[in-house]
Amino acid sequence: MTHQAVPVKVYAAVFGALLVLTATTVAVSKLELGEYNFIVAMTIAVIKGTLVVMFFMDVRRSSSMTKLFIGAGFFWLAILLVFLLSDYLSRSWLLNIHWL
Amino acid sequence: MADSEAILAPQEPGLRHHFDDSAQQLESSTLGMWVFLVTEVMFFGGMFGAYTVYRNMYPEAFASTSHFMNVTIGAINTGVLIFSSFTMVLAVRSAQLGQKKALIAFLVLTLILGCVFLSLKYVEYHEKWVDHHIPGPGFQYADSRYAHQAQILFYLYFAMTGMHAIHMIVGAGLLITLIVMAARNRFSSRWYTPVEMIGLYWHFVDIVWIFLFPLLYLIGHTK
Repeated sequence: MTHQAVPVKVYAAVFGALLVLTATTVAVSKLELGEYNFIVAMTIAVIKGTLVVMFFMDVRRSSSMTKLFIGAGFFWLAILLVFLLSDYLSRSWLLNIHWL
Repeated sequence: MADSEAILAPQEPGLRHHFDDSAQQLESSTLGMWVFLVTEVMFFGGMFGAYTVYRNMYPEAFASTSHFMNVTIGAINTGVLIFSSFTMVLAVRSAQLGQKKALIAFLVLTLILGCVFLSLKYVEYHEKWVDHHIPGPGFQYADSRYAHQAQILFYLYFAMTGMHAIHMIVGAGLLITLIVMAARNRFSSRWYTPVEMIGLYWHFVDIVWIFLFPLLYLIGHTK
């Protein structure tokens, strides 16, 4: 309505990139990388999610207000996960403090 | 003023009287849809949080479950969902260009792909049932060291993929509604907001799966 139609080839390129990234994440999961398996898998997932949000959901052309709301949403999700982990990851530390 | 508004009204299909113009109305719809999707992010975020905590507590047990996940079906389903997002975006594009036949065709294709995903999900759930991997009294696990802890992963697996599947079923219902509306000529290149909004919902459900797939299927594959 307010935006021009995006050429099909742009969507096709994003679709192709998503398929390639899916194949990559499956292939990398078969390699022995230790801790990096998780990091690589999550990095690829974030890239795929960003591609969908930016191109398929057209957020790159959305208004600043919409972007602010989306950013706030993911910021709150980050608060949830970071504070949750700061609790659970640090619990075992207390066991080593003997004077408590 | 009142007269000019009355004359303008029929030229703006789908425009409600409390909006200045179609652009403002679309902006409001988009923002409202995103507010809903942010609540969905929070909702799934709670389950991802539970997953994070338990995986951190029992990393070996969680990694051992990967052998019992059907990675082939999981990967195919990821491709199917991505393909359905692609057809959904082409449906929105067709609506934007006022191509009714293409709009209906792409919506039907998206619906079919959604059904393919759910059918493959059914095959996987059936495998879990046969293998006694449903959490509860009948749960059995090959590695007795992890029997209890692995059950937590399977509980999260069914909660998260089940919730995702429910969202897919809702999405399928919404697609059927869109197909009926499109067939009744409710959309034009000047007003197709429902197609765009349900498109946002469909892509969101796709994104949830993009994160579920590596977290549930691909952990500890090398072990």
